[in-house]
Amino acid sequence: MTIIEFKHISYQVKEKQILHDVSFKVNQGDFLTLVGPSGSGKSTILKLAANLISPTAGDIFYQDKKMVEYNPIQYRREVSYCFQQPSLFGKTVRENLIFPYEIRKQAIVEKRIDELLKLVDLSADFLNKDINSLSGGEKQRVALIRNIIFLPKVLLLDEVTTGLDDGSKEIVHQLIKRVHEQGTTIIRVTHDQSEIQTAGHIMQIKQGRIIK
Amino acid sequence: MKNMMVSNLSLVLAFALVLVSIAISAKEKLGLTKDILTSVFRAIIQLVIIGFVLKFIFHADQLWLTIVSTLVIIFNASWNANKRDPNPHCSLWNSIIAEAIGTYVTLGLLIFSGVIKPIPMQVIPITGMIAGNEMVAIGLCYKALHDSFNDLHQQVLEKLALGSDIKLASMPILRRSIKTAMQPTIDSAKTVGLVNLPGMMSGLIFAGINPVYAIKYQIMITFMLLSATSLGAVISGYLAYKNYFNEQMQLR
Repeated sequence: MTIIEFKHISYQVKEKQILHDVSFKVNQGDFLTLVGPSGSGKSTILKLAANLISPTAGDIFYQDKKMVEYNPIQYRREVSYCFQQPSLFGKTVRENLIFPYEIRKQAIVEKRIDELLKLVDLSADFLNKDINSLSGGEKQRVALIRNIIFLPKVLLLDEVTTGLDDGSKEIVHQLIKRVHEQGTTIIRVTHDQSEIQTAGHIMQIKQGRIIK
Repeated sequence: MKNMMVSNLSLVLAFALVLVSIAISAKEKLGLTKDILTSVFRAIIQLVIIGFVLKFIFHADQLWLTIVSTLVIIFNASWNANKRDPNPHCSLWNSIIAEAIGTYVTLGLLIFSGVIKPIPMQVIPITGMIAGNEMVAIGLCYKALHDSFNDLHQQVLEKLALGSDIKLASMPILRRSIKTAMQPTIDSAKTVGLVNLPGMMSGLIFAGINPVYAIKYQIMITFMLLSATSLGAVISGYLAYKNYFNEQMQLR
């Protein structure tokens, strides 16, 4: 079953055409890897899929219904985008991890937060850490947990392992694998050769067009 | 009132003060001579006109004329506050609503509590003071909103991406902007009487009123401005932040 479909999508900023008539489908449970040179439009595809920007032409479908027909808030809770260099907000890690509960007006489930922290090799007392004292790898792990506290139907990953050391990279890989195994569709952008080599379904983008 | 009379000759002699600023501009090559002269002549013309208009309104002493005057003041203040909003998607209505609610609530409380009487001689100058201070607060709020949306662009995007509504995603920006807008009034309240003797109090002292009575009015003005600027900043902030998003709840 198709979960996300791009139909003749173009995206232009001022005079610059970033995507040209891009069409593709992603099935439920897929793990799609987008590759291509910098500036080719990969991140734009993810941002469009996350409804953070709108196409200048064409339609995006989510579960066979036009994306624009969904409530953007509900849509983004199902199709979650994780940034390349996430900015954590507030003062502590805790503020970031309770945010998904706050926006849903739900009671905080400490057990779920502890479980996820453990999965990314962080202890429970990490919650009270000042966000400014975290390394890049720790920030990225916290950001990923923030995205999956409520498991999304689609997880969009924008070069989330770029700049991480091997240890952090492996932890993030394991977490993504686990999320995928739980049924979440993954669409990721990467430049990492090891990720490209082990990827199953690859889509190559060049100058705003799908070439393979 | 005798000590309040300013003769025309005194005014002409006082014009020498303008010459001081023109001389500084010329000597320092600031290129402000034309601006200074224009602003001085505009001020003279505006004040002469407003002097006669107020004389007419005070003499007529009609409620509808007083209300129209307050509406004109509020519209002008809103127009000027709106001009200070750097957001290309700004709306004049935001400023009008914030100015009108802030002014009329504060004015209403002052009249209801008997601090001022509902007569044009008291209502119009007080409306001018309230709307003018609100105008500055609203302008500051708009500027701070714009700067903060630029600084915290990524953070807002991330919150939206997590499924936040636009209000929660903008909350730190809103708090920062409202605080920035209210700060000058709070600071001014802290130093009133120590650093400056404000216009209302100075005017009464000039008119020969006992300074002990004059401070009562100044205390009233301080309360009034705190209320008006808080209302103006909160209302304008909560209305204007929405203009940074489109109908798909994306950052513009």
